[in-house]
Amino acid sequence: MNSSAPMLRVRGLSRSFGGLRAVDRLDLEVGRGEIVGLLGPNGSGKTTAMNLISGALVPDAGVVEFDGEPVQGLPAFKLARKGIARSFQLVRVPCELSCLENVISGLAFGPRGIWGEAARTRARGHLARVGLADKADVPAGELTYIDQKRLELARALALQPKLLLLDEWLAGLNPTELQEGIALVREIRDSGLSILMVEHVMDAIRALCTRCVVMSAGWVIAQGQTAEVLAHPDVLAAYLGGAAHA
Amino acid sequence: MKLPQKKSLLLVWGMLAAAALLPVLSSNDYYLGLGINLSQYVLMATAWAVFSGPTRYVSLASVAFYGIGAYAVAVVGDALPLPVVFLIAVAAGSLLALLVGLATLRLSGTYFVIFTFGLAELVRQLFTWYEVNITKTVGRYIFLEVTPRQIYWELLALLALLFALSWWIQRSRLGLALRVIGEDEMVARHIGIDVTRSKLVLFVVSSAFITLTGAIMAPRWTYIDPAISFNAVISFQVVIMALLGGAGSLFGPVAGAIPLSLLFEFLSARFPNHFSILLGAAFMVIVYFVPNGVAAALSAWWRRRGKAAA
Repeated sequence: MNSSAPMLRVRGLSRSFGGLRAVDRLDLEVGRGEIVGLLGPNGSGKTTAMNLISGALVPDAGVVEFDGEPVQGLPAFKLARKGIARSFQLVRVPCELSCLENVISGLAFGPRGIWGEAARTRARGHLARVGLADKADVPAGELTYIDQKRLELARALALQPKLLLLDEWLAGLNPTELQEGIALVREIRDSGLSILMVEHVMDAIRALCTRCVVMSAGWVIAQGQTAEVLAHPDVLAAYLGGAAHA
Repeated sequence: MKLPQKKSLLLVWGMLAAAALLPVLSSNDYYLGLGINLSQYVLMATAWAVFSGPTRYVSLASVAFYGIGAYAVAVVGDALPLPVVFLIAVAAGSLLALLVGLATLRLSGTYFVIFTFGLAELVRQLFTWYEVNITKTVGRYIFLEVTPRQIYWELLALLALLFALSWWIQRSRLGLALRVIGEDEMVARHIGIDVTRSKLVLFVVSSAFITLTGAIMAPRWTYIDPAISFNAVISFQVVIMALLGGAGSLFGPVAGAIPLSLLFEFLSARFPNHFSILLGAAFMVIVYFVPNGVAAALSAWWRRRGKAAA
């Protein structure tokens, strides 16, 4: 739309639950074709931030600009149609639907509303892309955890998003799967998507993220180039439980 | 996966055709009455499951729509041709469903149950208030020249229409949306499904069919008042029939409605004074022993048998 604006620009995003400020004046940007890492210890507000950006939660304050357009407060289904797709921290796939139907559900309600034979053909393509070509007719509930994660990614890609939010998508993979996963995320980025990923796996962060934003207790405590951020004393303190200055 | 569905579809069309022949083959009024009673419950249980099956929202408002259908006929049935009366009934029922749906379908399931139960009571009280204070007479007579045969065939035709429509919905984009919503609303929202709108469409369709059932049945009553046509027991019976059969499948409610209408018919004739107690006991037994419905229990048994054989 507005090709000079970053794909995602978040300013002053805040959300409280009762007295707890889960996300407090969050600023971040994801450029076009960029992978940005969202880091921080458990409970620092990363998933809440993802939920605010994807429309699962409504922010108390702040601005979310997607592709140059303010979108904060829009319901999740509208954001999905505009081009924000996501995966979930704990994988979520409708278990009674086959893999093919899962991916078709990503195509059918997206911006173009692809349905029928065209949807089946495309869905097979997406399944092949994540390595599930031979599982098309298997109910999603019968897949292994890792394959369910792949399926979730295929469904997200089926929306033909501009921005992909990955919430610990690489967690729990064995070393071989991790390398495959990293290659897949890189390939998705190379195909033109912008990606914001919550991640703890350092190898993946170093391999994929050009920049990182680190949160602790709802605040951003550091952001910048990945190597610099990971060496920042506050970040080390937050992760290792040292005296973080809050 | 596909063959059993096709077979059950053929079976159901066959049953409908056979049922339609009943009044031609037999002139026994008792059987015709029984057929009408069975058909109306099969219709309502199936219509109820159209909405509540995939969304898993339990509606206790069936009788509100049923009663509105009946009252529409009582109020304008004399003045207008029957098809127009039916249209008016459907319009009124759909409008109420639309308003209620807009107000409540964002609520979680538990609140929805309570709300719909309250709604049926509210509608009943409003009709009573109106009759007591405005028309000054409670109750109305319905003298329309509609034969029981005609009512029976109208019910079967409506049932055929409902099956065709549900079958079409299942194959449509809306059907897929509903399956995703039924399993995980969060996922549904994040892949672009307008969850509230999908539920609303189904609630209106389901309510329209229940309203029309009430409208078709109205001439059979000859006399109605709010206590008769908005009797909450009807809502509970519809729910338990659909649950016994299995609200998750298109023909599940049929399998629940037929034996239970017969049972309730028998109980109310044989033990008129203890009907409520026996009804309650039947509810508990069903929920306890077949929580997923006969259809699901049968297919689980079928799978087990298949595995044991292999």
